[in-house]
Amino acid sequence: MRTFIARRLLGAIPLVLGIATLIFFVVNLAPGDPTARFLNPNTSPEAQEQVRVNLGLDQPLPIRYVRWLGALAKGDLGDSFSHNRPVVDIIQELLPNTLLLSFSAIGLAFILGILLGILQAVRQYSLLDSIASMVGLFFYSMPSFWLALMMVLLFSYGANVWDWPIQFPASDVQDIEYAFFSPVEKVQDRLMHLTLPATSLALVLAAGIARFTRASMLDVIRQDFIRTARAKGLSEPVVIFRHALRNALIPVITLVGLYLPFLFSGTVFIETVFAWPGMGKLVVDSILERDYPVVMGGTLVFAVMVVVGNLVSDVLYAVVDPRIRHD
Amino acid sequence: MTTRPDLLVVTDLRTHFTTEVGVARAVDGVSFQVGMGETLGIVGESGCGKTVTALSILQLIPSPPGEILKGSSILFDGEELLKAAPARLREIRGNDISMIFQEPMTSLNPVLKVGHQIEEALRLHRGLSKSEARSAGVALLAEVGISDPEERYDCYPHHLSGGMLQRIMIAIALSCEPRVLIADEPTTALDVTVQAQILDLLAKLQDRHGMALLLITHDLGVIAEVCDRVVVMYGGQIVETGTTQDILTRPEHPYTQGLLASLPGSGDRDVRLNPIPGTVPSPVNWPAGCRFRDRCPVAEERCAESVPELLPLSEETTRLARCWRVGSIGGPVEGST
Repeated sequence: MRTFIARRLLGAIPLVLGIATLIFFVVNLAPGDPTARFLNPNTSPEAQEQVRVNLGLDQPLPIRYVRWLGALAKGDLGDSFSHNRPVVDIIQELLPNTLLLSFSAIGLAFILGILLGILQAVRQYSLLDSIASMVGLFFYSMPSFWLALMMVLLFSYGANVWDWPIQFPASDVQDIEYAFFSPVEKVQDRLMHLTLPATSLALVLAAGIARFTRASMLDVIRQDFIRTARAKGLSEPVVIFRHALRNALIPVITLVGLYLPFLFSGTVFIETVFAWPGMGKLVVDSILERDYPVVMGGTLVFAVMVVVGNLVSDVLYAVVDPRIRHD
Repeated sequence: MTTRPDLLVVTDLRTHFTTEVGVARAVDGVSFQVGMGETLGIVGESGCGKTVTALSILQLIPSPPGEILKGSSILFDGEELLKAAPARLREIRGNDISMIFQEPMTSLNPVLKVGHQIEEALRLHRGLSKSEARSAGVALLAEVGISDPEERYDCYPHHLSGGMLQRIMIAIALSCEPRVLIADEPTTALDVTVQAQILDLLAKLQDRHGMALLLITHDLGVIAEVCDRVVVMYGGQIVETGTTQDILTRPEHPYTQGLLASLPGSGDRDVRLNPIPGTVPSPVNWPAGCRFRDRCPVAEERCAESVPELLPLSEETTRLARCWRVGSIGGPVEGST
């Protein structure tokens, strides 16, 4: 197992290098001039040139690429054009917010999706199954940003208008007065802020996971070993959760790796809708400002997270299924 | 014939399945008894309802689509299993009545260690602690003839061979010392040499524990080796019953005769095999009249009109056959040998 993980980590190095290269050239070859936002048509050519030199844009592309990679190897992602700060600092500040949002969302999605999938499989063709399938398909087909807007409309704006007992905040990760809260209030406040964005991200994923789990579970509960478990006199919950679920989860676990790119592209929208100060919003804003170092750094971080996520899903796979343990 | 008190009495068992093309009458009015410590064989081709009969006893039929009809009765030691509450039924399963299945490779959970799967029944029915269950489980593995039981205990099913897995299935089934063991084609998926070992093991364990054995098989050779009495099934019904001796030497029903005739002879190498022509019809539409009629070498017109009853051949009520020609066709039928 340990050698398997080590081998996969080693294999990830060229992969990340390739991704970094791709990111660099895609961003730098994209049309548009990053200096345009600092300048106006009356700026003298000398001043224009000075800005380009300051930003390091006067060098030919291959040289900039090698310099960028060299800095990257030392953990330096360059300085932001627009924030006048090292990109690493910005990412360090915003990454925890994105991780909080995405882990909550994917955790919620898997818990919800798996439970619903089991319930649907155990009660196949029941009313509950049909309703859950329909509702699931609805959320599955909804773009998450639209879902997010609707949730803001209902649980934030609407809740306020109609005086509901619970109103969820529609933006940011914490209240303005967060610093003055007691520890319990701080946790509460964080959770309140997290609820809407995490839910709107999770529902879309959960719908897919539920469909997967249902199909996989239906497949498993028809297997011979489930009959054996029942013939032993085991109760239905033990049969379902101890004997069927672990087998049914094997294909579902591959979804962890598969869904990560969806999840991160989802955070890009969701963070924008909820003004959530995270990586997604950062990358979107930086693209609009042509802040190349931030776009490259942010995208690279997402790419690395996807690579690591897939590694984790492979490891989980082996943990659940003893037949594919790499020992 | 048997003087042993009946432990399991199945009366008029009907298990039907609702399918898209109609109702499949997989088991259609089956009655038999198993005495204490007795070995009863149920024999017949695939699709005759043997397995469904076995699964019905422990009510392991997937429902829907399967359903055991009202009027069926399964008495275990005087208790009606078909009216037992689910909790009571779970107490009986794996404890009083155990079952082993045809496919050992798929009958064990691939993601759980075999030891865990043995412990489950012990801890559930016997209330043993984890360490007690472990030592009992290891002892069971040794009893069913597994070498290095300590080591095998922590194996996953994919580490073990089919024969070993079937031994483990037997260990699981025997763990709570059941009074009835139902073995559904326990040797069919195994190599011939392993088949004999498993049969020997079953017979040995049956002697030691004094349990009744309901052995389901399509192999008359297996029947000859271990069974006291035989039930021959065809088309979801019993067509003939009797002692193993009677069935093998004086078969009355043309189907039983056909089964015997289709066995490879022990000595005659030159004799060609004599298969029964055709296949078992679909349980959705059994032929009217005798269900074996289409394949029967001695079918008459009246066979198409009505279903013959399962009639006693003589004074002894344990020797029954379902054929109009019963009594008139002792010995092999012409053209079937």
